[in-house]
Amino acid sequence: MLADIGLMALVVGFILAVYATAVSAWGGWRQEWRWVESARRATLLTVPFLTISVVIVTYSLFVMDFSLAYVVDVSSQAMSPFLRLTALWGGQSGSVLFWAWLMSGFVAAVLWRKWDRDRDLMPYFITVAMLTTAFFTGIVVFITNPFARLWHIPGTTELITAVFQPTGAVPYIPQDGQGLNPLLRHFGMIGHPPTTYLGFTGFVIPYAFAISALLTGKSRSDEWIRTSRRWTLVAWIFLSIGLVLGGRWAYDVLGWGGFWAWDPVENAMLMPWLTGTAFLHSVMMTEKRGMLKVWSVSLIILTYSLSLFGTFITRTGVISSVHSFSKSALGPVFFVFIGITFVASLWLLFKRLDTLKSEHELESFLSRESAFVLQNVLFLAITFVVFLGTVFPLLSELVTGTKITVGPPYFQKATGPLFAALVLLMGLAPLFAWRKQAASRLGRAALAPLVGSVVWAGIWGYTHRMHPASYFALWLVAFVVMLILFEFIKGIQARMKRGENPLIALAHLMGRNRRRYGGYIIHLGVVMIGLGFIGDAYFQQETQVALAQGESLTLGAYSLRFDNLEMYPGSDGREVLEATTSLFKNGEFVRTLKPRRDFFVVQQQPMTIPAVYPTPAEDVYVLLVGWEEIGFGASTFRMFLNPLISWTWTGGFVLILGTLIAAWPEGRKKRAYALAPGRLQPQPGLGGD
Amino acid sequence: MNKPRLLLALLAMVASLYTVSLVQAQNYPTDDEVNAIAKKLYCPVCPNTPLDVCETQACADWRAQIRDQLAEGWSEEQVMAYFVEQYGERVLAEPERSGFNSLIWILPIVAVALGLFVAVQVLRSWHRAQNTAAESAVDFVPDVPPETLVKIERELREIA
Amino acid sequence: MADLVTKPGELAGQEADVPNRFRLSTLVIFGFVFGLLALLGWGLVQVNSGQVDSGMAPDFTITSFEGETITLSDLRGQVVIINFWASWCPPCREEAPYLEATWRKYQEQGVVFIGVDYVDTEKEALAYIEEFDITYFNGPDLGTRISHDYRMDGVPETYYVAKNGELRGVKIGPLAPPELDEKIEELLAEQYP
Repeated sequence: MLADIGLMALVVGFILAVYATAVSAWGGWRQEWRWVESARRATLLTVPFLTISVVIVTYSLFVMDFSLAYVVDVSSQAMSPFLRLTALWGGQSGSVLFWAWLMSGFVAAVLWRKWDRDRDLMPYFITVAMLTTAFFTGIVVFITNPFARLWHIPGTTELITAVFQPTGAVPYIPQDGQGLNPLLRHFGMIGHPPTTYLGFTGFVIPYAFAISALLTGKSRSDEWIRTSRRWTLVAWIFLSIGLVLGGRWAYDVLGWGGFWAWDPVENAMLMPWLTGTAFLHSVMMTEKRGMLKVWSVSLIILTYSLSLFGTFITRTGVISSVHSFSKSALGPVFFVFIGITFVASLWLLFKRLDTLKSEHELESFLSRESAFVLQNVLFLAITFVVFLGTVFPLLSELVTGTKITVGPPYFQKATGPLFAALVLLMGLAPLFAWRKQAASRLGRAALAPLVGSVVWAGIWGYTHRMHPASYFALWLVAFVVMLILFEFIKGIQARMKRGENPLIALAHLMGRNRRRYGGYIIHLGVVMIGLGFIGDAYFQQETQVALAQGESLTLGAYSLRFDNLEMYPGSDGREVLEATTSLFKNGEFVRTLKPRRDFFVVQQQPMTIPAVYPTPAEDVYVLLVGWEEIGFGASTFRMFLNPLISWTWTGGFVLILGTLIAAWPEGRKKRAYALAPGRLQPQPGLGGD
Repeated sequence: MNKPRLLLALLAMVASLYTVSLVQAQNYPTDDEVNAIAKKLYCPVCPNTPLDVCETQACADWRAQIRDQLAEGWSEEQVMAYFVEQYGERVLAEPERSGFNSLIWILPIVAVALGLFVAVQVLRSWHRAQNTAAESAVDFVPDVPPETLVKIERELREIA
Repeated sequence: MADLVTKPGELAGQEADVPNRFRLSTLVIFGFVFGLLALLGWGLVQVNSGQVDSGMAPDFTITSFEGETITLSDLRGQVVIINFWASWCPPCREEAPYLEATWRKYQEQGVVFIGVDYVDTEKEALAYIEEFDITYFNGPDLGTRISHDYRMDGVPETYYVAKNGELRGVKIGPLAPPELDEKIEELLAEQYP
């Protein structure tokens, strides 16, 4: 009964989405505003209907209504209530519905306020955004529907999954469900998929604005960028957090010792993030200097297509990955949609090239403009390398007939230098003035951080004596951090000259120039995240030894003693094998660590759960390995020393903080105008943004 | 043979066996040595899973096989070559740098070079456009004398 | 309202040479995009196409654990049963006794059984063969070439090859009596004019 309501709500939502797409396009074409209003209302209406659908699926999962095939697939008696709720996005159909729901929510949020400016952009904005919504909702309705049930053909062992009863079949309602994949039964389930999907769907908003601008010829002005700017930031921060949470989750449940394995699905998330970040910066230049217009539009088109491409890889198995959902009929549909939207967008861009005439003015090669161009080259180069590595196995199979694997060694070597250059640029670019940067001033500004970082890297290197390349990495990080800190110090000092104390100066500094200083904090966060990657690449140590009870292993300054072994039934149908170990540093007891091996009886799947002791300097990561029999006589333990990894998680928080500061609405304060002859534009109203 | 000699022969045999096993125990490859090689290999069966972390029985068998091979004195290259022969090239984490696969290394370099070249060209054309563009192409001219503008810009720079 | 399809705006004098450059880069970009789509489309087709179960059976040469070598095309005129298995595969263990029994039953009638060991370790494979007392030909699939040619997806899978070398279908999953007997009888009964 409830499921029927859910199905109806879903179908209504789909029809509304299609209606909104068609009618907004018609209204935009004919310039008849009442159609656009109707489309707007339809868009707002899709949200409650899709919400009903989502709520009913979630409720069915919670109460374990096994008449639904999806519930059988991802839910089971043994699962905790928390997990049953998050199972909404634990399987194919539920996660696509979730995606569609988030998408509709975003579009409705953008359309909620009455648009006074940019009304001309609205019709086609709705068309593009709702086309995407309709596509995903359509997939849910027709191809992978969470309201499908299981049917049994009497006399055979065949089970059919279908929404409507096939001829000759009877309903099949099992006693218990399969349950969520054990790897998904983790707290990270609440964080990673939602933030990732919010990131993907969020980037559809600036894309829709861009396409709308191109279609209406409004791309002549850069208003569309100003309108979509905050949405871009929102999408960006969610995608960034999604990446960090994904890494954290992998760290906690996979037992691989690291958090980024350059798996195709991970890369599929990284690529739209790279182009999205490039876009975020590129539009700054378009806004401030009216340059890189074509480039900005290209980047958002790429970001949109790469997001879809990511979803495509994850759900079709075209490129093999540990993350893949099981194969389905989604492949061809996605392929056609991606192909059409990408080609059509590019075609539109080429057709409207004349509306994107930039004001080409470059006074000096040493300027922020050049830095921005270089930054874009680097971002795109990294994206290209990641894309090449991800797609190359497929290409190689086509050309040579043999399958190959492109793994972390390639990606680390190929992207490492590019990332290093990018981080360096990130630190230096704020020092570059627009138009022309005097080299001497640059030298003076960078001198103190340079000296400080060389000294610091030298001391650290001397006391730790590690891999030579690591010196460079640490110097780079120190240099960039100091550059950013000096920006703050300079600003605070300038304000202190007027009699403000440091803390107030800092607050006012950030308040008056939120985008700039928020941006600096975001950069700081990025560097912190980068620290974790550096630690993982250069400093990681590991060892694996079979220990009898009472024996110890050593790694670095630490030693681990095997104390006890316990076996007990755990939550949601698993058998837990838990080892108690004692960690010592330099002979002194630090703490007790309990690595576990869980075995899920129903799925016949083992899961290794590490015991982690985090410190700012390094994580001690201990696994109970199942290589040999696990017993008091011999249990195999694997211990990793993961330096600097905690900085990645902290960096995530700093990223959020920075984005909040940068995106915070300005209010009614007067804003400083950037004086540049030719660019001075009267702002409507004092708010300005 | 008489009894004492038999006993002696047996003792010698046992002793030699013991020393052999002692030596073997010392030379027996550690888990770390196996992992060092397994890290560079991918599980032939599971999707995209490195061999040192793979949980399946098959992977355990493969790691045991590596250990046996190392115990017999095989070098890392020999073990890797054996894996490639048995299971195909996809078992390597890093593709061999020969033939078609060399493209995966060449293309990024080409792409970066191309990107930088295009970037420089674009910057140059902007510079040229700057020099040849008519000075009158402005949207909005502030009626402020240029000296004042320069002064204001300087002061703004110092504040920010 | 700007038309959806406008003529390109007038280009300023100094940009006269731009159209050519644009056209070349346009071509290159679209070429790249279409090439990429073609690659992905091909990949999609690959992934969605199942096992090779008709037409001529892909030829291969395989060396057994004992050192004996067989080439499939040499076996023309005989019914061939190709079974993909692995020692780490539980369903394979289910069908192993049945396979061996069927082999012994039809051995004299010229039916050939080829066991292809898919990504396995020699030690465990030999142990498996001994455990089930398997006497028919068994060899490792070197470089996974054979399984690749048959687009084999997962063990166990059994391919039926008729006397004229054509594939007559594939069984995905463990065989249970009397499936294999029936299939062999069918293949043996085939007559070619």
